[in-house]
Amino acid sequence: MTDVPGVQGPVHVEAEVVATRRIGGYRHLTLTAPGVPERFRAGNFVAVTVAGHVARRALWVHRVRASSSFGPTLDVVVEARGSGTEWIAAQPVGARVALTGPLGRPFALPKDAVSCLLVGEGYAAAPLFPLAERLRERGCAVSLLVSAPDEARLLAALEARRSARSVTVLTADGSVGVRGTVAEHVDDLLARSEADVVYAAGPTPVLRAAAGAAERAGAWSQVAVEVPAPCGTGLCHGCPLPVVGEDGVERVVRACADGPVVRGDRVRWDSL
Amino acid sequence: MTALDHGLGLGPVMVAAGCGGTGRELASYCGPGGLDGLDFVTRSITLDPRAGGPGPRIEEVPGGLVNAVGLPNPGLEHFLATELPWLVRAGVRVIVSIAGATMGEYADLARRLSRAPGVAGLEVNVGAPDDAGAGLFEVREPYHSASVISAVRREFPVDRPVLAKLRPDVSRIVEGARSCHEAGASAVVVGNAVPAAFRDGRSGGLSGPAVAPVALRCVAEVARVLPELPVIGCGGVHDLRSANAYLDAGATGVQVGTALLHDPTTVARLRVALAPHTSPNEETR
Repeated sequence: MTDVPGVQGPVHVEAEVVATRRIGGYRHLTLTAPGVPERFRAGNFVAVTVAGHVARRALWVHRVRASSSFGPTLDVVVEARGSGTEWIAAQPVGARVALTGPLGRPFALPKDAVSCLLVGEGYAAAPLFPLAERLRERGCAVSLLVSAPDEARLLAALEARRSARSVTVLTADGSVGVRGTVAEHVDDLLARSEADVVYAAGPTPVLRAAAGAAERAGAWSQVAVEVPAPCGTGLCHGCPLPVVGEDGVERVVRACADGPVVRGDRVRWDSL
Repeated sequence: MTALDHGLGLGPVMVAAGCGGTGRELASYCGPGGLDGLDFVTRSITLDPRAGGPGPRIEEVPGGLVNAVGLPNPGLEHFLATELPWLVRAGVRVIVSIAGATMGEYADLARRLSRAPGVAGLEVNVGAPDDAGAGLFEVREPYHSASVISAVRREFPVDRPVLAKLRPDVSRIVEGARSCHEAGASAVVVGNAVPAAFRDGRSGGLSGPAVAPVALRCVAEVARVLPELPVIGCGGVHDLRSANAYLDAGATGVQVGTALLHDPTTVARLRVALAPHTSPNEETR
């Protein structure tokens, strides 16, 4: 991370909703946010101000377009789970929201064209899709495992076929793809894909399963943790993430500013 | 409007303790000038590192946040070795918030910080919403805070300010402010988060716009009874109007806290709006 604000750092801008679509159980918003798409790297997130709320809502970025008829845009995925996310999901085309981003540490990309397994669940799998594109550009063989409780909450697996060599779909209720959970299938898939790196994004049990499988197989893992972030900018220390540092010392870092992407073997899962 | 000079060598707008991260995170939101000249109160620094409390540390309520963050900080050694030099190099005017379990710890912190280059002043955290629960020196009576302030004042050079950050308790605030003033505090910061509880019953502190009327009443009382003591208003400041309410009530400056979590550019905008060369009356009314 650089100390110098500029093209590297996040910006706080007025974003405009230019498209809104309901896809299954989620709302996808396309936003213009001057300076944000240009700075975005896969794994970054954005924080949005909600009218009448003090805390902000952190949203994963699902897709970034360098150019469109609206200029550079970014897509966020919203699951309406409370009054704040309901408000965001209800914003119509033309609505303006205060947005800060891109925030957090992104996924680190391998220097060589290695084989990668990407594991995600629910809306939180969103950052894996721009990651898959970057990996493919680098010549990496990408295998994707997307999971969801049911079909409505399965994120855009079809689109991913463009950048992934193989796509495996899991649903807990078996409504589409294979019935089961990430924890049940990830070891097997990791062995088949012969991946050197595992990237994971989703709820804690999914991240833990992916990180554990990577460790057993001798692969590296990077996980994008989702801890509710009241500010998203590292200011409030309200999103504790227990980790073990490189020096073996246990610490609690900020999920938003020191994460959201961290090495899977560094997370103290039992304390999370 | 009174002249915005509290005679402390500090500007009228400061970042409140615990709401500016390590300071670095604000750099992206302070405009082309960056952090240069920013009056920044650090999160409370303790002698030993503190991991902070478990999650959830912050809960949203109408008009504010309930928090029990637990004063996470890397401890004095690490702060002096890494964070402080970085902030000083960036041109930040660093006011170090200190917290301790005993008067001895406060005195140690003050002595070590008095020798560190670039410390513009100290803010003594004597009004945490749940001090006993957080393992801090418990302040129940005005003489408790006064004894901490005198312990700090003895160890810290008189030409640099020592601010006492007090709990906004209307029934005790004047007494508390007077005791701190007599013990050597250069100014009082009124106030801290208001003692509150999470929905699950855990102790915490309420901050944000919801507490502004409470802190405003406290500031007005202190300014009326102790006109010679500079008072810095803190609680729900998020725009010029809310800042001016404190200044009109007799505060000599304001601190911006929770608003930064909502909009990280708040402090930069307020610094411009309240800069000495502009007339707040003309700009804002």
